[in-house]
Amino acid sequence: MPEYARWTRDAVGQWGGFHQELLDRTGVDSGLVQKGGFWLGFSEEEVQKRADLLAKIDREAGGIPFRMMEASEIRQYLPDIGPKVVGGSWGAQDGMANPLFLLRALHSGLKKAGADIISGIDVAAIEHNAAKGRFTARSGDGQGWTSDRIVVAAGLGVGELASQVGIHAPTVTTRGQVLITERLKPFMDYPTNKARQTAEGSVQIGSTTEDVGLDDGTTVEKIEWLARRAVDTFPALANARLVRAWGALRPLTPDGYPIYQESGTCPGAFAVVCHSGVTLAAIHANVIGPWMGGLTDAPPDVVPFNGKRFLDKNARFVRDH
Amino acid sequence: MTTETLFLIPQKAGQAMVRIEFEGETLRVPDGISVAAALLSSSRGALRTSIVKGTPRAPYCMMGVCFECLVEIDGIPARQGCMTLVRDGMIIKRQSGAPSLDGLASGGKNGK
Amino acid sequence: MANDVKDLVVIGSGPAGMAAAVEACALGMTVSVLDEQPAIGGQIYRRVEDAPEALQMILGKDYGAGRVLAEEFRQSGAAHIPGATVWNLTGDGVIDYVDAGGTRTISATNVLIATGAMERPFPIPGWTLPGVMGAGAAQIMLKSAGAQPAGPVVLAGCGPLLYLLAWQYLRAGVKLAGLVDTTRFSTYVTALGKVHGAVTGRKDLVKGLGLISRVRLARVPIYSGASGLEILGEDHAEGIRFRHKGKSREIPAGLVLLHQGIVPNTQLSWSLRAEHRWDAAQLCWTPVTDDAGRLGETQIHVAGDSRRIVGALASAIQGRLSVLAMHERKGGTAQPGRKAELQRQLARYTALRPFLDVLYRPLDEHRIPADHVTVCRCEEVTAGEVRSYVDLGCLGPNQTKSFGRCGMGPCQGRLCGLTVTEVIAAARKVAPGEVGYYRIRPPIKPIHLGSFAQSTS
Repeated sequence: MPEYARWTRDAVGQWGGFHQELLDRTGVDSGLVQKGGFWLGFSEEEVQKRADLLAKIDREAGGIPFRMMEASEIRQYLPDIGPKVVGGSWGAQDGMANPLFLLRALHSGLKKAGADIISGIDVAAIEHNAAKGRFTARSGDGQGWTSDRIVVAAGLGVGELASQVGIHAPTVTTRGQVLITERLKPFMDYPTNKARQTAEGSVQIGSTTEDVGLDDGTTVEKIEWLARRAVDTFPALANARLVRAWGALRPLTPDGYPIYQESGTCPGAFAVVCHSGVTLAAIHANVIGPWMGGLTDAPPDVVPFNGKRFLDKNARFVRDH
Repeated sequence: MTTETLFLIPQKAGQAMVRIEFEGETLRVPDGISVAAALLSSSRGALRTSIVKGTPRAPYCMMGVCFECLVEIDGIPARQGCMTLVRDGMIIKRQSGAPSLDGLASGGKNGK
Repeated sequence: MANDVKDLVVIGSGPAGMAAAVEACALGMTVSVLDEQPAIGGQIYRRVEDAPEALQMILGKDYGAGRVLAEEFRQSGAAHIPGATVWNLTGDGVIDYVDAGGTRTISATNVLIATGAMERPFPIPGWTLPGVMGAGAAQIMLKSAGAQPAGPVVLAGCGPLLYLLAWQYLRAGVKLAGLVDTTRFSTYVTALGKVHGAVTGRKDLVKGLGLISRVRLARVPIYSGASGLEILGEDHAEGIRFRHKGKSREIPAGLVLLHQGIVPNTQLSWSLRAEHRWDAAQLCWTPVTDDAGRLGETQIHVAGDSRRIVGALASAIQGRLSVLAMHERKGGTAQPGRKAELQRQLARYTALRPFLDVLYRPLDEHRIPADHVTVCRCEEVTAGEVRSYVDLGCLGPNQTKSFGRCGMGPCQGRLCGLTVTEVIAAARKVAPGEVGYYRIRPPIKPIHLGSFAQSTS
């Protein structure tokens, strides 16, 4: 989906300014590093497949340059890669941020801007008063919050709530398992697809993609697989200690691309489904927020991300990206 | 104010001893005790500095729970001193901040 | 893997684990006992099999009791797997562990978690300084290495172990610079309300009081009813400051040994996502089990201090009772006489516990510290920072990870979990039980990634 590639590209382009804005407003550094990143492959075939995919994306979306490299060249940037790495790609626009600090910065920024954050609430229903144009989010214990605008961004809980305001937003999920090491002195200057070192030093290894329903646990099999793959990529990691394994469910749509949509029948109600909330944070703040908040018209870029695309009974969806 | 070690181990005749090296200094310690017990009884001060703020740390729980006794043992960083028994010829180093993996891939010496 | 399924795998070879193994072998079960330490005994009976005579004299008769159990264990036929760090446990009895050879797997029809206790965190100003240790840690130094304080030492806090260690030090000829006791005299009066239990446990009570009076007789300066503990020193402990009888006092010492009781080691039961409740009497989380320590409908039991603090003797009985329940559940012949006898013993050994829980309840200010005190030692997060996360909407310990990496270091929340629970509960003005705990996930202990490369399962 070239529109999504462009959407991501633009989001990445806005991250620098967004990071600075968060820092200025809250003093929290969301850990943005944008100096490019590597995809590393263990076989010539997967490297070639990668090259073809990147060429296709760049051709369709434009402005997403990449470069394929042999292992010897990659080693100039990542000297610690092991002999199993045969080659890979370099993407100048790749980067990373710290999701935990981003979350804290967003919470802190919201609070400073005067927003109330009411946590620990189980929203069971959304009531729509069409005459007054009002929505009430109703919790299981009967509390209610009323406004003329409402955004349903409840992850895997979006579908049920969005349907109450006339939005078709189906969700599916895959589980991702991730390994986190203890903090280590910096040794990995660039993030890679198999492991990356965060600003505070821990190495994040992952992730898996598994269809296991709503089980967010971890499995020995995948932990071992991830650990071996990480050591194959960076042999020195054999001496790093695994501190945490982590499993989480990705909120996905059937084709894996986001839904950003206003209700046709209940104007003022919106739904968002997306699993790249960190990558897309800047564009969500700069474009989606003002639109759903009523400050701007619907941005033309979001047209393809309407949930109606899933109403076509004959369509088949794959998440191959 | 302390110029001596925090603990002492009364020596008994006939006790088996081993030699370990800590920060370049050779220490003679009883066989069968943990690295943490050996260091608390024959050297002084911090065994490491903390990762976030660089504050001095030393063993706290002695039972593998607190991870304050992390030291580099025979080139492997961040080993739990209280869970590792001394062995003749063992080389132990203080750890400054986060453990370093430098040079381990190529089998070189762990520096920095 | 499936070709070697044990009837019982016990995790931990302290009193509960050893006794359970003995009982199970007597019933004809096949048993393996995993322990992270190289030797059996757990912390309470550490090095019990080969402690030199002189050391046994110092440690006293209760320690010697562990020898009998250790001998029974050695003769039971149970397999002991030392140096085994369990990093994963599933509800259907699969256990993954690491030893010197890499990662390994063992399966069992029944699993007993007997992982004992750890010292309660003592978050006060300066508690991260070198020269500050747990009194239990110092006792491990004594048991495992015969090590004694070399210079001036202060023992501070509350709980039976504090006086026991003082008494053991006195027997070893160690001079104590002071014993700072946070127990208040008025608490004795409240605790006497639990005296019906204490009467049954009179022997234990008399023994405890005997220790206290012997420490007094040895002319150790004792400061009872002390509060406001803080460690002095910049790079190293140089002493302790506290309030006593309305005055601020300081005792210079290069070694300060803190203790305010022990708490269950619950990492494994949490990792199973078993239900836990906040135990208001013992101020800690305890797994919800039936009388025999069984977690829900699983094949996992918990016995001894890792279920709730009961002490060594009661722990051993609980281990045996868990095994009887497993045996019966699998269709073994019921042992009503044996069970009744064990239950009688358990009642006797736990009679004093309610009294001790009240008497040695740690002070609020030493559990829920002021803003500048470090609560998460690994990630160096202060109580004030945790409170600031609450202001941002953080509801419980698990979310503090997202807000500031609290609990995400190598100790995996062991040294901060209870403090963070109580700090958040107090800030939110709700009961600790409402704020929950960290979500504990494998690995239960940090393990080298390289261990998987040499995996042999």
